[in-house]
Amino acid sequence: MNPDAYITLSALLFSIGAIGVLVRRNAIVVFMCVELMLNACNLALVTFSKQVGDLSGQVAAFFVMVVAAAEVVVGLAIIMSIFRTRRSASVDDASLLKY
Amino acid sequence: MRAFVVNPLSAEEGAVPVVPAEADGVFSLLWLIVALPALSAVVLLLAGRRADRFAPVLGCLAPAASFVIGVVAFVALLGRGEEDRQVEQSLWTWLDVGDYTVSVGLLFDPLSALFVLLITGVGSLIHLYSVGYMADDDRRRRFFGYMNLFVVAMLVLVLADDYLVLFLGWEGVGLASYLLIGFWAHKDSAATAAKKAFVVNRVGDVGMALAVMLMVTTFGASSFVAVSAAMPEVSTAVATALGLLLLLAACGKSAQVPLQSWLLDAMEGPTPVSALIHAATMVTAGVYLVVRSTFIYAEAPVARTAVMVVGLVTLLFGAILGCAKDDIKKVLAASTMSQIGYMHLAAGIGPAGYAFAIFHLLAHGFFKANMFLGAGSVMHALDDEVDMRRYGALARIMPVTFATFAAGYLAIIGFPGFSGFWSKDKIIEAAFAEGWVFGTGALLGAGITAFYMTRVMLMTFLGKRRWQDDAGPHESPSVMTIPLMVLAALSAVGGVLLLGGWITGFLEPVTGPEGEHELFVSPLVLTGLVTVVVLAGVALAWMLFGRDADIPERAPQRVSFPVRAARADLFGDAFNEAVFMRPGQYLTRVLVWVDNKVIDGAVNGLAALVGGTSGQVRRVQTGFVRSYALTILGGALVAIVATLAVTLS
Repeated sequence: MNPDAYITLSALLFSIGAIGVLVRRNAIVVFMCVELMLNACNLALVTFSKQVGDLSGQVAAFFVMVVAAAEVVVGLAIIMSIFRTRRSASVDDASLLKY
Repeated sequence: MRAFVVNPLSAEEGAVPVVPAEADGVFSLLWLIVALPALSAVVLLLAGRRADRFAPVLGCLAPAASFVIGVVAFVALLGRGEEDRQVEQSLWTWLDVGDYTVSVGLLFDPLSALFVLLITGVGSLIHLYSVGYMADDDRRRRFFGYMNLFVVAMLVLVLADDYLVLFLGWEGVGLASYLLIGFWAHKDSAATAAKKAFVVNRVGDVGMALAVMLMVTTFGASSFVAVSAAMPEVSTAVATALGLLLLLAACGKSAQVPLQSWLLDAMEGPTPVSALIHAATMVTAGVYLVVRSTFIYAEAPVARTAVMVVGLVTLLFGAILGCAKDDIKKVLAASTMSQIGYMHLAAGIGPAGYAFAIFHLLAHGFFKANMFLGAGSVMHALDDEVDMRRYGALARIMPVTFATFAAGYLAIIGFPGFSGFWSKDKIIEAAFAEGWVFGTGALLGAGITAFYMTRVMLMTFLGKRRWQDDAGPHESPSVMTIPLMVLAALSAVGGVLLLGGWITGFLEPVTGPEGEHELFVSPLVLTGLVTVVVLAGVALAWMLFGRDADIPERAPQRVSFPVRAARADLFGDAFNEAVFMRPGQYLTRVLVWVDNKVIDGAVNGLAALVGGTSGQVRRVQTGFVRSYALTILGGALVAIVATLAVTLS
């Protein structure tokens, strides 16, 4: 099996996600981009697992999904409460915690 | 040069090792001599006001009880064979560090025995006197507590069987002296005098501490037994160093030149304190130390010569000061300094002089305590006036004080028959045998002593009356005059100790056999010469301050340079200030500057640097999540690039 295509796709998805995190202001979109990065990682993990013939990569992918689910729970809750108090989901507006 | 060459014979004599027998019989009570005053001091100092009522009684009883035990032990000591008169009572082990062990024990030998009798005997009399003298002081309890504390420390000093234990007593008497000089600390002068005495004494104590350390490194022990046994094998350099260090210690405690400056100021203390501590006992501790260390000085002729020189210089120094002072207590203090100079001179002569040093010490203890108490009695009568220019013609009003003071006076000038005559005569004789410089100096000192003591007598008790009517002088109560009478009797008949050479024979177990010395004239001629010089001093004083002399109420200010010098303590304080105090102050000022600018500068500068830098660096925390994300990404990229660079290269 030739992993090139999978790896390329994974790198592409990761880059898109990373750029999204950096350039977008809306917290929901930033959040989605983070998910995209995580899933790009999952894809790479599964690909290499298949390539090497070792299941631990796939197990790791499950762990990442669990972590991502937990992160979504906490993250969305935070975004919700920020939106409620500030009537905005822009990450640039929530910049009070600084020097 | 002959004068400074120590008799080579005497270097080999007199090195008597200390080999005590274990205490038994009455000697097992020795510890009580120290313990009783200690108990009393603890009660008086810790019991608070409850002890006020019985403070004078308890304060007098404790040293008196010690005196009784001391007499019993002394008689028991006389009952032993001459070779067997060193008794040691071991008490407990104080330190046990590696090979160095210090056991606390009491050594009772002829020397300690005489000191115990002097301290507790004269001490009891002075305590008794204090009952009258301090009757109006509402801090009497504390006074008697401190006095008992002093007696304890002094007894530890003379009964110790180890230099380290002796050092304990040495510091103890220093503490008691400090507390009692500054007893009236509400007077600035008293507080300052106490501090001065303490500081000057510390200089001497450094010598003592170094001597003990040197003993420990050289012999691995500091007990008299071990040191005296090991001394003959030790090199001359170590022996000389030990001798000089002990001399430094003796100089501090005994107010000898160059550490003499504290004694005159110490007269700020109550008069009984001056009599007990600064005349009879504590200031003679230096002489005790030298005589106790015969086995060290036997190996160190140079150190012995140094002791003699210190003694000679001090006896003249003190005598000159005594001529110029108008404060009666300061005259007596200067005279004490001078008489202790005689003792050191005698002690420095070696085996030929040790016994006479102790003999003079005892005689001096009697007559000087007597005269100090007499001066106290006069001050008591004249509202604490100490200026002799305001005394005069007190003989008729205070006959007992006058008569007893006169006995002390005749003793100190060496009037034939009185105690000082025998003791001083012997010292001058031994000094002449040692070299004409020492002999002449001692002879001259005797003349000056006669001069200034006659001056005190004339200005205080005779001549014209110069006190005001409202002073209302009166004779002191009998609780004060009885000690005076006892001490006066002792001053008069103290010479019996020399009868048949008793004291030299008695002290032989400590000092070794009295060395032979050759005189160029017969002792009788010398005695005549001393008497003539003394009479000349008396006559000169009579001419200047005799019955019809007008003594101005204020000391004349336009006086010659020698008088001004003597009034200024021969510039002793000026010297100390110029050589030690000023440079010390400059040094502290420089150190303070260095501390403020350099050390504080470095510390504060470092703190400011860290603070300033972090103030700048924290600006990185902008609060914008996306810039953090960029930082993380950048860091990750750097990490990846670095990893690649390492693995691919």
